[in-house]
Amino acid sequence: MYLDKSIKELHELLKKGEVTSAELIKESLAKSHEVEEKYNAFVTILDDAKASIITDDLLSGIPFGVKDNFSTKDVLSTGSSNTLNNYVPFYTATVVQKLFDKGAVMVNKTALDEFGMGGTGTTCHTGPVLNPWNRKRMCAGSSAGSACAVASGVYPYALGSDTGDSIRKPAAYCGIVGYKPTYGMLSRYGLFPFASSLDHVGVLTRSVLDAAIVVDAMKGQDKHDMTSWDSRHINLEQALTKDIKGKKLFYIKELVEIENYPKASPELKEHLANFHKTLEIVRGLGIEVEGVNIAKDLLNSIPAVYVILSCAEATSNMSNLTGIIFGPRGTSSKVTDMMMEHRTKGFSPLIKRRFVIGSYILQKENQERYFKNAQRVRRLIVDEMKKLFNIYDGLILPVSSGPAKSFEQNDDVIDENTNVLEEHLQIGNFGGFPSITIPNGFIDNLPVGINITGNCYDDENVLNIAYALESKMNYKGQIAREVEE
Amino acid sequence: MKKQIAVIGLEMHCELKSNSKVFSPARNAYNETPNINIAPIDMAFPGTLPVVNKKCVADALKMSMILNCTQPEYMYFDRKHYYYPDLPKGYQITQMTEPVGVNGKIEIEVKEKLIPVYIHDIHLEEDAASLDHYFDTSTIDYNRAGVPLLELVTEPCFHSADEAVAFLEHMRDVYKYCGISEADTKKGQIRCDVNVSIKDEDSDILGTKVEVKNVNSFGGVSDAINYEIKRQTELKEQGRYAEVEQETRRWDEESMQTIRMRSKVDAIDYKYFVEPNIPKYRISKEWLEELKKEIPRLHLERKYDYINNYGLSNYDATILVKEKDIADYFEECLKLNIEAKTASNWITTQILGYINKNDLTIKDIYLTPARLKDLVDLINKGTISSKQAKEIFEKVIKEQKEVKDFITSDSAQINDKEELINLIEEIIKNSPNQVEQYKAGKTNLFDYFVGQVMKNTRGKANPMLTKEILTEKLN
Repeated sequence: MYLDKSIKELHELLKKGEVTSAELIKESLAKSHEVEEKYNAFVTILDDAKASIITDDLLSGIPFGVKDNFSTKDVLSTGSSNTLNNYVPFYTATVVQKLFDKGAVMVNKTALDEFGMGGTGTTCHTGPVLNPWNRKRMCAGSSAGSACAVASGVYPYALGSDTGDSIRKPAAYCGIVGYKPTYGMLSRYGLFPFASSLDHVGVLTRSVLDAAIVVDAMKGQDKHDMTSWDSRHINLEQALTKDIKGKKLFYIKELVEIENYPKASPELKEHLANFHKTLEIVRGLGIEVEGVNIAKDLLNSIPAVYVILSCAEATSNMSNLTGIIFGPRGTSSKVTDMMMEHRTKGFSPLIKRRFVIGSYILQKENQERYFKNAQRVRRLIVDEMKKLFNIYDGLILPVSSGPAKSFEQNDDVIDENTNVLEEHLQIGNFGGFPSITIPNGFIDNLPVGINITGNCYDDENVLNIAYALESKMNYKGQIAREVEE
Repeated sequence: MKKQIAVIGLEMHCELKSNSKVFSPARNAYNETPNINIAPIDMAFPGTLPVVNKKCVADALKMSMILNCTQPEYMYFDRKHYYYPDLPKGYQITQMTEPVGVNGKIEIEVKEKLIPVYIHDIHLEEDAASLDHYFDTSTIDYNRAGVPLLELVTEPCFHSADEAVAFLEHMRDVYKYCGISEADTKKGQIRCDVNVSIKDEDSDILGTKVEVKNVNSFGGVSDAINYEIKRQTELKEQGRYAEVEQETRRWDEESMQTIRMRSKVDAIDYKYFVEPNIPKYRISKEWLEELKKEIPRLHLERKYDYINNYGLSNYDATILVKEKDIADYFEECLKLNIEAKTASNWITTQILGYINKNDLTIKDIYLTPARLKDLVDLINKGTISSKQAKEIFEKVIKEQKEVKDFITSDSAQINDKEELINLIEEIIKNSPNQVEQYKAGKTNLFDYFVGQVMKNTRGKANPMLTKEILTEKLN
């Protein structure tokens, strides 16, 4: 077994000829089928994936996975939606093409919450993805399949997308690393859009170094994406020096102080205690960590702002799904009925609910009250963070209110107490901030994660801090070990 | 009933010339074969993103400046949503929040008088696909999907179909002059919506506005306006003005009438919002200055220049400025010191006649202003007659040679005074009867003598000189 190793380890083995690309792919495919059987993580497994030549590129010959909301030429790309259950694109997303160009080998397409619009990994058209640490638990979403597969050791990395926390939360629930760089560092061309102003491409790995290597390979200005920018001056891998003395991080007091949760569950108590324990490790590294107060109203507005903006943009972005040009076409002879049938049959109820919200928000008479105000509050939140990023190198917070949730827990029921703690990663999407989650312990034998978010274009700094912290904990490179409750 | 005044506003959509489409890398070209010029974004394949064509933005800004509009500080776009198969994305990328130009004003000429036209806004957007409907099927051609379109919206400032059409013609010429659009209505490159209402002559209160959509020829615009004025006025006369509803109608070319489509009450909510995939782009003063320099002198300015400073008639000046290439040709002639009226005459009669007959453009023609200058100089020097010049004109073009190549001693005009005096004396001697009658007062016989001279010289005698000598000898 090789695929539990890091990218650099695999590269060296390949270079020395101790293993071949073909052998890695064979192992990865076998593992894919096993993981599919056990956790339902994939939409497509590419049994005919071909070995590639080993070059000096670290990624050459090594298998990887792609979330099924990336366009891949000649390979079914469904967005985990019945509206695209037969869609085979004729072009490849820029980031995937960049990996192909470096000799990386795609072995499967991973399941997601339909079009990325969910945080549970349960709304995929192929059914829910199970957590590889405990099958009664969710992986969280939307990059559920990618997180599950990387945690299971199918390959060292898989692509994800992140609109609210879709990479960084499943990474925490699966005990791995999830990183979304600054908005525009990775091209979105070929990523099926959910909410364009919040959508980020990113990666799920088992170490910070691997995340840096993969993003280095994918980044660059893309003539197909006007929001992408020239990042030639950034080299993430080289930035990982652990030279972090004198860096400063802050956390938001309102979110992590246990006295703010009078009805805290034992799980939450343990989670926050573990967070503060990790802060001690951070301080031990010579990093200053301070608690900061942020206006409660502003914090409380985060989930609402996210729902409004993401639903509005999603409604618009998914207007192309009519079944006329691609996707299963409706049978009616009337064109409006044709579209209606396609959308009624194709979308899950959760998505339809979001479309109704989105349409309502965008109506002329509601735009000012909801849409425009949400945009203004987004700006206020981002400005507040940017002010703090002038003083601090980053924000450090626990991911979620505990470990992976069980399938019995209904995600639709919002616990007002922990609502913001569950959703605060959305700040990273509001500002386009670089944000990385790494594992920082276990609660009830289930992994939990911690997140570091920094200022735009400061990816090197953020990753270096995460890298230093990772080295002082024992969770780097961990593979899911299934336990029964 | 009081006299009624029509109040008309126009929306003019014009397709722009460019290599690629406005947000897509596909070719922007008119093509008879459907679905040839398509990129993935034109059919809204998932994951595709718009990329703005800078040339289209530049052209839009030029038009904004020509219309004396205010340009925004930042360029950005909005999405306009509706579900229809001609719009694959489910929304059109257009400009609503910050159009490329607002609050403009220009003057146009209507029946040799200048009137002001007020521009509400001009904005850059993408065209939709074209649909063809058959008995039980419809076909979609995505060649047009994503083609750059400028939509110009006027204030309701016209009062007749003539004014409205004069404006459209004016704008068509501007588009052509700047090379921004071919502006060919036959290719569907210009499409109009017309707003019409009527009001009492002495009233400031506007009547109910009716919109007529998708009128695709200037004739159609004129007919649709006149039809609506008549329909609304008749209803008002009959005391049924309440039946004029704020609604959207369409012009039906076959029945020559407007037909109701929908009430304004059922107007679509387009749910506009700013296109997030196109970052705001700052329009610098420097760039605007650069673009301004690229705007050519326009037809109306040239026309008044020709009339006021070169003494041309309105009629001739109008012909000369109709196309930029022709006006440029004329101005090139002026630079070469060809006398304005002479140049104008040559262009409006010989040259335009020739290119129309042979389906050429003035740029194709071998007779450049420099060659025309050679020709005109020879006439002025008396080396050749006008009649000969016309023959040489065609020869130069057909044989692609220089003017001098056709001036032989044989063809040259007779300018030798001695020679002509001898000849004329000979003729007078041989026509005693005519001389006697002429001297008796039958002065129209003068032409008889001119005719004789021409006959004897096979038309080569210098006519001016001939007349001069004849006058001298006969009196």
